[in-house]
Amino acid sequence: MEPKANVATTRRRFLAVAGGAIGALGTAQFLTVRPAAATPASMAAAIREAIGEAQVRPGKVKLDLPPLVENGNTVPLTITVDSPMTAANHVRRVHIFNEKNPEPSIVTFHLGPRSGRASISTRIRLADTQSVVAIAELSDGSFWSDSVDVIVTIAACTEEAK
Amino acid sequence: MARVLINVPAKAARGHVIEIKTLISHPMETGYRPDHTGKLVPRDIINRFVCAYNGTEVFRADLHPAIAANPFISFYTVATESGVLTFTWTGDDGKSFVEKANITVA
Amino acid sequence: MAAASASEIPLKERKSGYDLMSRDTQAMQDDRASNPGTLWVLEGEAMWSQNAGAAGKSCAGCHGNARTSMKGVAARYPAYNAALHRPINLEQRINLCRTERQRATPFSYEGKELLALAAFVATQSRGRKIAPPADKRLAPFRDNGRDLFNLRQGQLNLSCAQCHNDNWGRKLSGAVIPQAHPTGYPLYRLEWQSLGSLQRRLRNCLIGMRAEPFEYGAPEYVALELYLMSRARGMRIETPAVRP
Repeated sequence: MEPKANVATTRRRFLAVAGGAIGALGTAQFLTVRPAAATPASMAAAIREAIGEAQVRPGKVKLDLPPLVENGNTVPLTITVDSPMTAANHVRRVHIFNEKNPEPSIVTFHLGPRSGRASISTRIRLADTQSVVAIAELSDGSFWSDSVDVIVTIAACTEEAK
Repeated sequence: MARVLINVPAKAARGHVIEIKTLISHPMETGYRPDHTGKLVPRDIINRFVCAYNGTEVFRADLHPAIAANPFISFYTVATESGVLTFTWTGDDGKSFVEKANITVA
Repeated sequence: MAAASASEIPLKERKSGYDLMSRDTQAMQDDRASNPGTLWVLEGEAMWSQNAGAAGKSCAGCHGNARTSMKGVAARYPAYNAALHRPINLEQRINLCRTERQRATPFSYEGKELLALAAFVATQSRGRKIAPPADKRLAPFRDNGRDLFNLRQGQLNLSCAQCHNDNWGRKLSGAVIPQAHPTGYPLYRLEWQSLGSLQRRLRNCLIGMRAEPFEYGAPEYVALELYLMSRARGMRIETPAVRP
């Protein structure tokens, strides 16, 4: 695997391509296309797109991430939701979002009464020290969340791009 | 040819909740990584993972580039009956990797 | 920083990089079902039984069940090769079998095939103590490796010893400096998002020190590996290890 470029730690620049701004108006400029970083605003937008305008309450959800990560390339994550997982009362979906990666969405898990337990483990990438947010949608239509702040350090003695 | 490792109990008691661990080799190329010329390597990830139990979907994950390379996913399911668990990983190119595991439920 | 002529870590104070990493990364290494290195081991296991080359032979054809025949092998490599008059490491031994016995093209360094076979062979020694062979012919090469380890080099004028003997346990740009015992190679390095060899890691170090890295397969790497394995004698093989 080729080495990954260092991600700028303050990559808040992003292309604002608002609806009416594209056009023939203004001077012709070549814009350098940089990967847009998620921001708290774009994370909020991604959350809205995933769950609509529903109210989200903290609770029931436990997002397990190491507070200090040795390498942002592979961060172990466990998400657990306190739920009996019966037909009448279960978790339908769990969404996980982040603040500073190039994209705000990380993963969506789809569960149901056949799951038995609402607990999933995976490994994620975190580009920088940031917050990770988990939102669970229950069968009664309610939404619950948890959020964790993660410090991401980088490795010493890495490869340089050839 | 992707390498897959699935950890499923071969036997389980009916109604018990079992843990399933899955691991698949895949670079999960994000699309944001420059190669040595500075050009971005195109995105190539597994974007969906589904577990079906005798044909019924019991777990699904929609993956984005922030899922780490060689995706590891572990989850739970109720051992309802004997049969076959089918695991399907689907890539951006639409191609799927499929693995099966038998389970005996008594 | 201590003086350039640093002394070795006392045997009793030696720690694997495993001991210096987080609980989560340790758990990743311990659980075969979630250790990403297992994917390469499985690949190597499949290759072990595949016929290859003009001779149409598989590893199994000569070596039978790897669980028996390869037990302890990685723990005593690098080993002296009489025909080449120098030590060779495990990857080179695999490629010698490839070219001389199977009459197939050698695998490229750091390619998936060589890593997979090396991981499969080395993991048969997992848990066993590193036992460098008592072969006098290795002595000058091991001394050469020791000298390289202690040599100040590169733009930063650093030696391996200065970080890994004198300053292990301290932090270098957020990461803990390990003692540099190659107990778990090939290993899954989170930074690489892939399994990789000791040579790849040594190249990372040399580049980090702003020194010129040797080419893959260079005798300097084998000499260094020989010395490092001697320095790690008695410590247990962890292949496939996981490291940040």
